[in-house]
Amino acid sequence: MNIDKFLNQHENKDLLRFITCGSVDDGKSTLVGRLLYDSKLIFDDQLNALKKDTEKVGTTKGTGEIDYALLLDGLKAEREQGITIDVAYRYFATPKRKFIIADTPGHEQYTRNMATGASTANLAVILIDARLGVSTQTRRHAFIVSLLGIKHVIVAINKMDLRDYSQEVFRDIKSEFDAFIAKLDISDVRYIPLSALKGDNVVTLSEQTPWYDGDPLLETLEEIDVVGDRNFNDFRFPIQYVIRPDLNFRGFAGSVASGIVRVGDKIKVLPSLKESTVKRIVIADGDLNEAFPPQAITLVLNDEIDVSAGDMIVHANNPPKIESRLDAMVVWMDEKPLRRGSDYIIRQAGRNVKARVDNLVYGIEVNTLHKGDADALALNEIGRVALNATKPLYFDPYSNNRGSGAFILIDPISNTTAAAGMILAGIAPGTHERHDSREERLRDHIGKREFSWDTGHVSGRERLLRNRHYGKTVLVTGEDCIAAAAVAKKLEQKLFQLNMNSYYLGVSNIAEGLDADIKRGFHDRDEHVRRLGELGRIMSDAGLIFITALSDADDYDLDCIRQLNYPNDLLVIRLGPGNGEADIELEAEADIDAHISTVFRQLSERQIIPDYCI
Amino acid sequence: MNDYNLSQLKQLEAESIHIFRDAVGQFERPVLLYSIGKDSSVLVRLAQKAFYPGKIPFKLLHINSTWKFREMIAFRDKFCAEQGLDLQVHYNREGFEAGINPFDYGSRKYTDIMKTQALLQALKQGKYDVAFGGARRDEEKSRAKERIFSFRDKHQQWDPKNQRPELWSLFNARINPGESVRVFPLSNWTELDVWQYIRLENIPIVPLYFAKKRPVVERDSVLVMVDDERMRLNPGKKPAMRSVRFRTLGCYPLTGAIESTAATVDEIVEEMLRTRVSERSTRIIDHDGDSSMEQKKSEGYF
Repeated sequence: MNIDKFLNQHENKDLLRFITCGSVDDGKSTLVGRLLYDSKLIFDDQLNALKKDTEKVGTTKGTGEIDYALLLDGLKAEREQGITIDVAYRYFATPKRKFIIADTPGHEQYTRNMATGASTANLAVILIDARLGVSTQTRRHAFIVSLLGIKHVIVAINKMDLRDYSQEVFRDIKSEFDAFIAKLDISDVRYIPLSALKGDNVVTLSEQTPWYDGDPLLETLEEIDVVGDRNFNDFRFPIQYVIRPDLNFRGFAGSVASGIVRVGDKIKVLPSLKESTVKRIVIADGDLNEAFPPQAITLVLNDEIDVSAGDMIVHANNPPKIESRLDAMVVWMDEKPLRRGSDYIIRQAGRNVKARVDNLVYGIEVNTLHKGDADALALNEIGRVALNATKPLYFDPYSNNRGSGAFILIDPISNTTAAAGMILAGIAPGTHERHDSREERLRDHIGKREFSWDTGHVSGRERLLRNRHYGKTVLVTGEDCIAAAAVAKKLEQKLFQLNMNSYYLGVSNIAEGLDADIKRGFHDRDEHVRRLGELGRIMSDAGLIFITALSDADDYDLDCIRQLNYPNDLLVIRLGPGNGEADIELEAEADIDAHISTVFRQLSERQIIPDYCI
Repeated sequence: MNDYNLSQLKQLEAESIHIFRDAVGQFERPVLLYSIGKDSSVLVRLAQKAFYPGKIPFKLLHINSTWKFREMIAFRDKFCAEQGLDLQVHYNREGFEAGINPFDYGSRKYTDIMKTQALLQALKQGKYDVAFGGARRDEEKSRAKERIFSFRDKHQQWDPKNQRPELWSLFNARINPGESVRVFPLSNWTELDVWQYIRLENIPIVPLYFAKKRPVVERDSVLVMVDDERMRLNPGKKPAMRSVRFRTLGCYPLTGAIESTAATVDEIVEEMLRTRVSERSTRIIDHDGDSSMEQKKSEGYF
C-alpha cells in the first residue's frame, strides 16, 4: 500500500452527511452496521464484542448472522429497550468520499430526533420494509425530510429477500411512494431494492435482482452531487467574534453562511447599514482572494466602521429580508407545549433575540399532511406560526438559504431548545393583527374584498336567467389526482352537452401560469389553494360552472376555498377515501361512467340541477 | 467537483473553528481542557486558527493525575512555552497527599478521585462556564450520541436522557449560574482525520505516539510501560525492552502500549489500517464493567 497516496486521497475527499430513517423493525441499524462493516470500519475488537453480544441478547442469536444493530445502540437504556432513542453519528469512508451518518430513530415518538439529524444532512435514506410497503411512518419521514429542506432521497426498499426479490413488489412500493412524494418539494428521489441482512445491492449489485438497473446503495451515496445544493448567490456573513490583537488589526470572524465574497467587494453591515469594501480575507494559512460556504474566515474592511458580534455582513446590493415578524414552520421539541402568546428566545444566524409566538396558524397531522386548527403544539408536533421578535432579524426563506433561514427557539426559563424552525417569509407590518386566528384573518380579507368588488352592468340575476343555472365552483378531490381530474373533465363535458356553461381548469395550467411564481412544495400549497379559491369566486361570478381538481384536500383546504368562493356555491366531490367533508362521495373502484351518473343522480336529488336543465 | 467545494478535512477544520468562535462569543469564562494527547494538540492548533492573528483568548487547563508519563509533562511544558499558551495545571491535593494510586485503589476509584474530582475542583475554582474538550464521537459507542455543546448540571453531571437537541450549527448556550457546558470541537473527526491533520499541519505531538524501545511489563495481557520507580512489579517480573508505542495517552499504569515499529505518522496510519483494533481498546478504564464510559461521563469524567 502506498500510504502517502492513501493519505493524500483521504485528505482531499469530499464529504457527504446523510440521515437514515426507518421504522422500528425495518432493518435500519442492520443497514448502517452493514455499511460500516463492508467498508471495513468495524475493528476486530468491536467485532468480537459484537459476536459475544449477539449470542447474549442479539435478535439473530443462534443463526450465525451478526446482529449489526447491537453495534450502533450506544446508550444503556436503548440497549435494554432494544430501540435507538436518540441521534447517533457514525463515520465511514470509501476511497471516494467520507460519510457522516446521523442515525435517527424510527420510533413514532421521536420526530424531534429525526429533525435534528436532518438539519445537517444533505441526503436522506428512507427505509421501507418490502413486506409492509409505504407505512404511516414512511410518510412521516418523507415529510420531515422535505420540511428540513433535504434535496436528495434514496428510498431503500429493504428485506427484498423476504419477498423473493420480486420486481412487482418493488414497483408497487415505488409507485405508491412516488404518488405521496409528489406533494413534497424533493427534487431527487431514487429507489433501490435491497436486503441489508444479506447484503444485496448494499455494496455490490445483487444477482437476485437482475431486473434492477440502478447502482448499489454505496455507489449511489458516493456519486450524488450535493455541492450544488448550497446557496452561492447571496452572501451572508454573521459575525461571531471581533479579533483585535492590537491597534493595527481589526477583523470580523465568522463562517460564510452562503454566497461568495471577494476582496474589493462592496459590503453593507446590518443593522447599521454602513457600507465599506473588503480589504482582506484572512485565514491562518494566508490571505484568500475569495471565500465561500462553509469556510471560516476573518474579514478586514477598508473603513473603520462599527461592527460587533451578532451583526451580519452582506453584499451592498443584495441584502436579506429585514423584518421582526416571521411566518415560519416549527417542529416542537419540548415537553412544555407551544401556545399562542408565549415568549421564547429565537436563535438565528448566530444571534439571540426575544420573540413572542403571535399566532399558531395551524398544526399538521404529519401522517396525513392534513392541516388543522390547533390551540397548542405538543412534543413532536409540527405547525405554522407567526413570530414577533423584539428586534428585526436578517434572514432569507429557508427554502432559498438554509444558513440564514433556520432558527431554534429556546425556552427562557428552562433554557431547553424548544423548537427547530424554518422561515417561510417575513410578515409585513399591518398585514394582520396579533392573535388573529386564521378564520378571523380570512373573514377580514373576504369582507374587504367583497366591499370593493366592482360589477359591470350585467347583474347576477340577468346572467342566471340567460344561463338557466347558477354559477358554481366544483372541486373534485381524491388521493389519486389523475382519476380526480378525469372525473372533473367528464363532468365538464357532460354539463356542456346539457347546454350549461361549464369550464374545466387543469392543475398544470396554473402550475406553469398563474402559479409560476410559487414552488410545488408543501408550504406553497396554501397559496395554491388560496388562488384556486379566488379563481372560483371570479369564475362562478361570471356565471360559469367552474370545475377543477385538487389532490387530497382536507377540511382545512376545503374550508379555505369555500370561504374564498363566497358568496357563490362550492360543491365538493370526493373520489375514494379521505379526510375532508364532501358533498358527494364516489367509490374509488367504480368506473368513470358510474361516477358521472352518481354525480348527476345526487345533484338532481338535492335539486342542485333542476329538472328543466336535464 | 465544483470549484467551490472544500475537502472533507477542510470542512472539519472550518466546522471546528466555527464552534470555537461560537462558544467564545456566547460564554463568559471559557477554558480548554488540555490533556497533552494528540487530540489536544490538534484542538490547540484549531483554536489558534480560530482567533488568528490574535492569541487564544482563554487558558489551557491540565488536570494532572500525578501519574502521567514523564515525557508527557516534558512535552507539555515545552509545547506551551513554544506556542505561547497560557497553561494552568491542577491536581487533587487531598488525593495526592492521601497517596491515591491506581495499584491500591483500583482504576475506577483512582480515576474518580484523581481525574474526575480533580477536574470538577478546577472547573469550580476557575468559575468556568464552558470547557473545550478533545473528545470525538467515533471513539466509543456512548460518545456517538454526545452533543457538540454538551450541557452539565450544577453537579457537572451529564444526563444522556435529557440532552438538548442540536440543530444546524445553532448552538444553544443558555445556562443558569453554576451550570456549564462542555464543548467538543472535534466531535465529527475520526482517528484517521486527526492523524491526517497532524501530518498536514506538522503539529507537534508527544514522542510516546511513535514506536521506540521502552521498558514494559505484561499485565492482564496489556503491555504497561514502567515509567518510574512507583510502578509495582509482580514478584519475579522484570521490565523488558520492547519496541512499543501508544495509541492514546493517559496515566502510565492504566495505558496499554502496542508492539509496533511505526516511527512516523505515515507508518502509524499504515499500521492502524492493518491492525484494525479500535483506539480506546488500550484504555483500561473503558472496560471496567459494561457501559463503563457512559457511567463515567454521567459522573463528570470527560
